[in-house]
Amino acid sequence: MNLVQLGLKNVLDKPLSSLLSVLLFGFGVSIIVSILLVGSFLKSEVTKNAQGIDLVVGAKGSPLQIILANIFHIDFPTGNISLGDADDLVKNRLVASAIPLSLGDSYQGYRIVGTTKQYPLLYQASLEEGEWFDEDMTATIGASIAKELNIKLGDELESAHGLAEGGEGHEDHPFRVVGIMNTTGSAIDQLILVSVASVWEVHSEHKEHEHEDDSSHNMVNLEKLGLMVSLEQLENEDITSLLIRYRSPMAAVQLPRIVNGTSNLQAASPPYETARLFNIIGVGVDVVTILGVIIVVLSATSVFIALFNSLKERKYELAIMRSMGASRRKIVILIISEGILLTIIGTIFGFGLAHLGFAVLSSSLEQIQAERTFFVGEEVYVVLGSLVIGILASVVPALLTYKSDISETLSKA
Amino acid sequence: MLYIEKLKHTYGKTVISYPDWNVDRGDHAIIVGNSGCGKTTLLHLIAGLMTPTSGELFIEGKNLAKLSRSGLDRFRGENIGIVFQRPHLVRSLTVVENLILAQQLGRRKKNQAKINQILGTLEIEALKKRKVYQLSQGQAQRVSIGRAVVNEPKLLLADEPTASLDDQNCERVIKLLRSQAEVSEATLIVATHDQRVKNEFVNSLSL
Repeated sequence: MNLVQLGLKNVLDKPLSSLLSVLLFGFGVSIIVSILLVGSFLKSEVTKNAQGIDLVVGAKGSPLQIILANIFHIDFPTGNISLGDADDLVKNRLVASAIPLSLGDSYQGYRIVGTTKQYPLLYQASLEEGEWFDEDMTATIGASIAKELNIKLGDELESAHGLAEGGEGHEDHPFRVVGIMNTTGSAIDQLILVSVASVWEVHSEHKEHEHEDDSSHNMVNLEKLGLMVSLEQLENEDITSLLIRYRSPMAAVQLPRIVNGTSNLQAASPPYETARLFNIIGVGVDVVTILGVIIVVLSATSVFIALFNSLKERKYELAIMRSMGASRRKIVILIISEGILLTIIGTIFGFGLAHLGFAVLSSSLEQIQAERTFFVGEEVYVVLGSLVIGILASVVPALLTYKSDISETLSKA
Repeated sequence: MLYIEKLKHTYGKTVISYPDWNVDRGDHAIIVGNSGCGKTTLLHLIAGLMTPTSGELFIEGKNLAKLSRSGLDRFRGENIGIVFQRPHLVRSLTVVENLILAQQLGRRKKNQAKINQILGTLEIEALKKRKVYQLSQGQAQRVSIGRAVVNEPKLLLADEPTASLDDQNCERVIKLLRSQAEVSEATLIVATHDQRVKNEFVNSLSL
């Protein structure tokens, strides 16, 4: 039986007061660890979804909204831009490549995205089965949708207007599912990909089939966009946004200016806007972090009080241990080990709680494709911090016993 | 074994002077006097729990007044066993664990056979796995005697060991102290104001 074992027995001898200290400390730690986990999860989500995209161009409006709508697919688009404007822009030599996106329809709440095959390639999405969508009302769907809605190849999806469930239907123009993608862990898992032309076709009924017969002649190849369109389409059709890749770093300076100088277009830089978003969320995160720190400090106080009280009761016991040959140093080590044991158990409890909570959360929320268990580097500092707090909380009681006169204590016994 | 000369201790303005006293090895001696006359103080001085203001205090030829604090802790742990008025066992431990702790603090190897033998002679072997708060006052006092003798000290000190005990237990405790001291060939010194105990000892120091 060494001092630490004796410390553990002393801690267990006061189950209720130890439990209180452990619970408080655990909750404080779990709040801080949760913030670390969620923060690092969000950052990895952002980098995963914004990879390979230097600039998003949409209709005039909030750049943050453009990013949220076109990269993360969680907000509504700012509006449409004309294909002509988009084509003019991508002809600029600063643009290396551009992917057109056409949003606006959905199927049972999942977004239908009119785009080109470059878009799934951007996220390294591959086919689980079937093939890629083509011009003719076919769709390739994300892994999550296939699983969630139990869709198989050959199924027909009747799209609805709008991005929310229960929009006006496009019953005459169903999409046929020809392919299902592998899970990528990015937003694309939640999307139904179709060609831009298919989106136009769905909506062409509203325009009373005005160019129904023109589709076979006067075709123009918009090379950088990867689209083949008729002159009429080039003039009349819209898309929602462009995901642009710069040709050179110079473009980062010049292109946004050129875009914003065009009356209908708005440029949004993913890193800048997500940084802005984190700044906005950051205030809330700071408040919660402060709350976690306050709880940890409170629990440190409770560890301090628990030790202090138990030392008052154990004054004679400790004095007698001294009389049996225990040095002051040993008594100090015993008391500090009790404090550290309480905080270590609390820390383990807190870590368990935070990671368990995160695992439950990520398995219950469909939008999250996080690994259920992962550890963040900063958690090491939480462990170290907990140890320091355990030592701090027990140092004062330990020093008080260090200073106490055993002879005086024993003669009052 | 024990020799004190011109020993003085000062509490604030009160000065207690002790008469010179000699206790031979293996002797059973007693310090008697009323409460507040300095019995416990003398016992604490002998135990090295405090250092005297002046004078000499030799145990086994070693001058305790000259030892450092940690030196005193060590000397005490290795050579002296103390029985206090109240047992004050370590609450979170069982009877056996309390004795094991005493062995460790006295820098001895864990010796289960020795512990069993002591518990046997104290007739508390059946209680060895009990937590100490489950013991009666008399049982706890016997455990504390066991704790004091488990390291076979050269000097066994007892401070008012019988104060809170009835006649029967009083006699029993004194018998146990004497027999345990004999078994480990220890010198026994008892400090008491208890009239019941006085007549049992030859070498007596009155304060």
